[in-house]
Amino acid sequence: MTPVISVTGLTRRYRDHVALDQVSLEVEAGSIVGLLGRNGAGKTTLLRILAGQEFPSAGDVLVHGAPPAENEAVLRRMVFVREDQTYPDFKVRHALRVASWFYPNWNAELADALLADFGLPAGRAIKKLSRGMRSALGIVIGLAARADVTLFDEPYAGLDAVARQIFYDRLLADYAEHPRTILLSTHLIDEAAGLLERVIVIDRGRIVLTADADDLRGVATAVSGPVLAVDEFTAGRVVWDRRRVASRVSVVVVGGLDEADRLLARSLQLDLTPLTLQQLVVQAAAQPADTLERTSA
Amino acid sequence: MRDMAGLDEGTPLFAQIAERLAEEIADGGLAEGERVPSMNELAAFYRINPATAAKGLNLLADDGLLEKRRGIGMFVASGARRRLLAQRRQRFAAQYVAPLVTEAARLGIDPDELITLVRESSQAAAVTAQGGVTV
Repeated sequence: MTPVISVTGLTRRYRDHVALDQVSLEVEAGSIVGLLGRNGAGKTTLLRILAGQEFPSAGDVLVHGAPPAENEAVLRRMVFVREDQTYPDFKVRHALRVASWFYPNWNAELADALLADFGLPAGRAIKKLSRGMRSALGIVIGLAARADVTLFDEPYAGLDAVARQIFYDRLLADYAEHPRTILLSTHLIDEAAGLLERVIVIDRGRIVLTADADDLRGVATAVSGPVLAVDEFTAGRVVWDRRRVASRVSVVVVGGLDEADRLLARSLQLDLTPLTLQQLVVQAAAQPADTLERTSA
Repeated sequence: MRDMAGLDEGTPLFAQIAERLAEEIADGGLAEGERVPSMNELAAFYRINPATAAKGLNLLADDGLLEKRRGIGMFVASGARRRLLAQRRQRFAAQYVAPLVTEAARLGIDPDELITLVRESSQAAAVTAQGGVTV
């Protein structure tokens, strides 16, 4: 398979700040990829460059095999929904009509169904919408465009949990019928974890982890109990984040546990709690690069 | 989204999907020859990526527990239930009996006492199953 997005040695500098530092990655066509990391990690800069809205300082960026910037053929096959998108002085209906002219795969029925799902009135002026409703409009456009490459950058500012669930469900349903490449940047990692096929974790402008999301499940476990028992259990294992209170310790053990490990933990009366993807990403960002890849390989 | 219809964090989702389907087959909820949910049906129900659901289905298909019929979907293979029950019996000893014996030893329950306890518990369960009221 040829990657639909291919980035090599991408660096983006702003005066004395390096937003992206030698980033290389590939995204296969037909997958949902999570772009994960803290605020300011470089997620938005990366997405803006992929969307052709910004130029690299160095490195190569190819989308559908060509640099995206000022390339209409590539840009028409791509939709970019950004956090707090601003719109001209339009009504909702006008924004959808403009989008329908631009995106060749635009589906008006889907757009109407999504408006109803989110309770967005088509005749309302966009500037009178709440922040959440403006986010919903971005999501409607992002999904109804059915673009080959769909970039969502924290698309749900101001949306409550119910509306976010609607987003995830509609995204999955439409993706199932019309597979495409979706890059979703989010800090609500655990909410979106099940949707993701791959994850790319970015921290301070560098890629710290790329992996199949499912492979990361069970790869790290919080182990807690009496000091001596925890020490016995963790001997010879990779351990992160050791914390202690009185005679009780909690550590994160990296690497999958098998049945024998579980029995041992039980006999030592240790508590085992698998790390969620979000906890894992937080931990991974704090470690030297590729610790996790070495241990999970 | 946290609660993906009861899936947990500790094991890969595809393995959990496969395990749940296998449970249903073993319990007879999915009969041999019956169509199993498609990748997209499973993805929508569990709210997971369709590729993950497909991986779970393929795991069972590779084991010969499901069979693919081109253009229609996947079906429970004949003999699947018998094979799963045999596997479960094997796993039973490791999963339940071994920890039971370990815990009993810790509490100072000797093997004879343990067998008596198992027998009593088994009789109580039989009475309950018949709809009888104990005490």
